Amino acid sequence: MAKIIVITSGKGGVGKTTTSAAFGTGLALKGHKTVLIDFDVGLRNLDLIMGCERRVVYDFINVIQGEATVQQALIKDKRVENLFILAASQTRDKDALNQEGVGRVLEQLAKDFEYIICDSPAGIEKGAHLAMYYADEAMVVTNPEVSSVRDSDRVLGILASKTKRAEENKEPIKERLILSRYSPDRVARGEMLSVEDVQEILSIDLLGVIPESQAVLNASNSGEPVILHEDSEAGQAYRDLVDRYLGVDVPHRFVDPKKPGFFSRLFGGN
Amino acid sequence: MGLFDYFRKPEKSSANLAKERLQVIVAHQRRDNADGPDYLPQLQRELLYVIRKYVEVDDDAVNVQLEKDGNVEVLELNVTLPDRKPEALDAD
Repeated sequence: MAKIIVITSGKGGVGKTTTSAAFGTGLALKGHKTVLIDFDVGLRNLDLIMGCERRVVYDFINVIQGEATVQQALIKDKRVENLFILAASQTRDKDALNQEGVGRVLEQLAKDFEYIICDSPAGIEKGAHLAMYYADEAMVVTNPEVSSVRDSDRVLGILASKTKRAEENKEPIKERLILSRYSPDRVARGEMLSVEDVQEILSIDLLGVIPESQAVLNASNSGEPVILHEDSEAGQAYRDLVDRYLGVDVPHRFVDPKKPGFFSRLFGGN
Repeated sequence: MGLFDYFRKPEKSSANLAKERLQVIVAHQRRDNADGPDYLPQLQRELLYVIRKYVEVDDDAVNVQLEKDGNVEVLELNVTLPDRKPEALDAD
């Protein structure tokens, strides 16, 4: 039985697509057959982050409208076995998505895949709503910053009331927090909300902390999910996160400031 | 924290301020989401009052819930009546 996981946040620019790409690639690296779906119709991004933008022939909307089969629209990743991408349409608008059509495509994908990762658009309108509607689990990507935390709390409210599981009174969607763009040094200086602060406010399980990292921009420049950049902190944090998701007990790294040297400890300075 | 930092005045960190503001915002947000319109508690109290004119019920016997389904709002009202006592049956 496939698991449908939505990567959501409410606020834009917090790292949903980066996380979708990294998490999905990580699951595939572990041998799980995984498909990534971009729900951001009209403003597609996932294909760029995954580096397959020139290979998109048919997209999610084509499949929903019956203009192509799922098999025709799925793009097989060239680097990682077991990984597929279903791109969003760049030309249509979000009204081309409909609940029944999305349900039909997900049902079909569920026969072939172990994990279906739905990359939600920002906001709480149609695209975001449909990305979460059929989900079994949700990863709420949050930055340690007031507007992102408030939006995440709003999204948690919607996950608990406006989804299929909520409407059918089934077991609620399993919600997990991914705190990204985290800067332990700034937290230590009292300039940034800490992991504990955000967890206390949102009160959901923490799956992973992704440190602010140059590697994320570098990876997106070259169209590679950052998890493939094994030497980067962000890449390693995503690897830990995937292990943790699959049930391995991995401690959280990158949450404490780097140990300062003798001189910087003596004179402050950072 | 360096040597010179010890001579600075301690001040409230901006992270603490952020946390306090968020706690207030989130509490409001959740209340708005959970309870629907603010007349519901009052409605619930008055219903209880009316029902008690006829039947003696517990404080939690009346349950009011507002659900949204697309454009339609459904007000769900549940009243739990107490078990009929044997004496009451005899009296009939």
